[in-house]
Amino acid sequence: MTTTARDTVLGRIRDALALAPATGTTAPRDYRRGRTLPDGERLALLTDRLVDYKARVYLCTADDTARVIAEVLREHGARRIGMPDGLDEEWLTAFDGEVQRDSADIPAPSLDALDGVVTASAVSCAETGTIFLDGSPDQGRRALSLVPDLHVCVVGLSSVVVGVPEAVALLVPERPTTLISGPSATSDIELERVEGVHGPRTLAVVIRTDV
Amino acid sequence: MSTFLGMPAAPPRSPYGTGNLRGDRAFPEAAHDELGNGQLRRNLGKATRTIRAKRLAVTGELPDWEQLRDAGSAIKADTMNRLPELLEQLEQKVTERGGTVHWARDGVEANEIVARLVRATGSRDVIKVKSMATQETGLNEHLESLGITPYETDLAELIVQLADDRPSHILVPAIHRNRDEIRQIFLDEIPGVDPDLDNVPAHLAAAARAYLREKFMTTKVAVSGANFGIAETGTLCVVESEGNGRMCLTLPDTLITVMGIEKVLPRYQDLEVFLQLLPRSSTGERMNPYTSMWTGVTPGDGPQDFHLVLLDNGRTAALADTIGREALSCIRCSACLNVCPVYERTGGHAYGSTYPGPIGAVLTPQLAGMDATKDDPNSSLPYASSLCGACFDACPVKIDIPSMLVELRHQHTQQSGTTAEKLAMKAAAAVMRRPKLYTAAQKAAAVGRVAGGRDGTIRHLPAPFDGWSDSRDTAAPPRQSFRSWLASAEGAATMRAAAEEGVRTTADDRTEDQ
Repeated sequence: MTTTARDTVLGRIRDALALAPATGTTAPRDYRRGRTLPDGERLALLTDRLVDYKARVYLCTADDTARVIAEVLREHGARRIGMPDGLDEEWLTAFDGEVQRDSADIPAPSLDALDGVVTASAVSCAETGTIFLDGSPDQGRRALSLVPDLHVCVVGLSSVVVGVPEAVALLVPERPTTLISGPSATSDIELERVEGVHGPRTLAVVIRTDV
Repeated sequence: MSTFLGMPAAPPRSPYGTGNLRGDRAFPEAAHDELGNGQLRRNLGKATRTIRAKRLAVTGELPDWEQLRDAGSAIKADTMNRLPELLEQLEQKVTERGGTVHWARDGVEANEIVARLVRATGSRDVIKVKSMATQETGLNEHLESLGITPYETDLAELIVQLADDRPSHILVPAIHRNRDEIRQIFLDEIPGVDPDLDNVPAHLAAAARAYLREKFMTTKVAVSGANFGIAETGTLCVVESEGNGRMCLTLPDTLITVMGIEKVLPRYQDLEVFLQLLPRSSTGERMNPYTSMWTGVTPGDGPQDFHLVLLDNGRTAALADTIGREALSCIRCSACLNVCPVYERTGGHAYGSTYPGPIGAVLTPQLAGMDATKDDPNSSLPYASSLCGACFDACPVKIDIPSMLVELRHQHTQQSGTTAEKLAMKAAAAVMRRPKLYTAAQKAAAVGRVAGGRDGTIRHLPAPFDGWSDSRDTAAPPRQSFRSWLASAEGAATMRAAAEEGVRTTADDRTEDQ
């Protein structure tokens, strides 16, 4: 009978734990959890953190979402954009450029030809300025919000929570999840932060303050 | 499930002579050369100063930072205690979600598994996300030997790879290079690069973007590491900044992730702790720009062929050591490197291992051992420290690195058996117990002045004391010992004079007080 690597490694771990027995541990979780803040404070905190990491922030109401998105796209010179299949079509009614509705049969590399993409978002964490995408139909597959150079991400204020524990609690683990905190960046050269490497070099966040 | 059929056996270290867990010379010797490089010291000094300030600012922002550290430390301890069940659970969840799990006893086996998987795709190229595990196993060298080209896509790893250099820092592998050097490397090595490229970091990053864009769009296989693997859900997590990770994890058809077995976490909820601890400790940011989490295969989104390689390579040997086990809690943030007075001056190359700095000095000997019979360079690592304790204070999971260093020093001297140095120490102890012998020995030692040269410093002591002088300069013995001076007429006169001076001073003080 041959021993598999799996059996060997698991056997070694059991041997190790027999040689150096463990002491029972329960992880204390007395760090801050379940925090809440009023709308205005969450908005101010999220905006501050997004701007700090060089994201562009735009505020709008549900009614003028389409107008603000169109303005943002125009401001960045985006003429040809991608949209996830499940995105609210109302949001793009004021945009007069070309819209490519995403589907699985569009090869991901061809997304490079788009000027930008508009997506919704799942959850946001105000304290760290982090937006969570989870691949829901209004956010699309991961490549869609990655390959184009401009990402316009729409955030409803009600989906903004205070801290990381509150955000993680709202995630669905099985969904492919991407955490975005500002545009891509590197500090690899003399630890000087440079925004814009491989991911979208511009992140524009449109916060709907009454949603 | 395996059951014990006898006494538990001590698990083996990473096999000697494989991978990148051992330098070719001892730390003091390597450090001596590195210290002579002024440019390196300036680069390192600037970089570590910058990141120390950033880390302090963002960790200071959180009033519950210490509670987060306690939680992180305890979750990791709990993980090690339950490692077999957690790994089996991770395997089951990843498999249920369409992934394939492989186990590797050591780095050689991991490299072979990855190479076999790459070959099965027919691709001759591989894009890589920065990964400590595959650096440790020497995967790139192995793939190249088989005619497969690995492309490092992290900017710093790319710089290191293009320069045919070695990483010198866990987080910023090219920290030893400044912008002018990087510009020159790009001009020399990137095909078709703009010859007018200047040294502005933003322009250098743009050059890397242009170079790698086509690789991302066309390469069918990616290899990554993993920061965390969640047993409860089978979710893998990669934390990064540039988007090269997202590219590699999303665009290829096949994804192969190599993860050390200690990277498993019990619960998805545990991410709420580590996603706070890691970015603030490593880059000094509230959150790193991008984190990717995926669970097996998602139809229509990302690689449809996913392989997870679970790597031992000495980790179980570390686990078998009650004190050494703590090193497995490391989340590779590199905070300990940035605060270490030794690392700041010598840089990472002197440690010889994929894991440099304070954590490297404890983790490397745990994983790869300190072979007493082979004059192992790793035996010098536990001494690459002043035991100042800054690393312990900075560690987000509270690894007591100084105590581990002391324990490893103890293990090293135990292993070394009877050495000339030990015999000499024994002889010294015997002499010191007998005052007359001690006085005679001190007189004899004065002869050693000739070894001191002009500045009275001895740089190389003869065996068996060369171990001492390898890492320190020794003052030459004085002409006369203190004891013999004290017993001389000159000494007696000086002491009398000092006593009289003391009486006068005390009297003066009293006068002033009144």
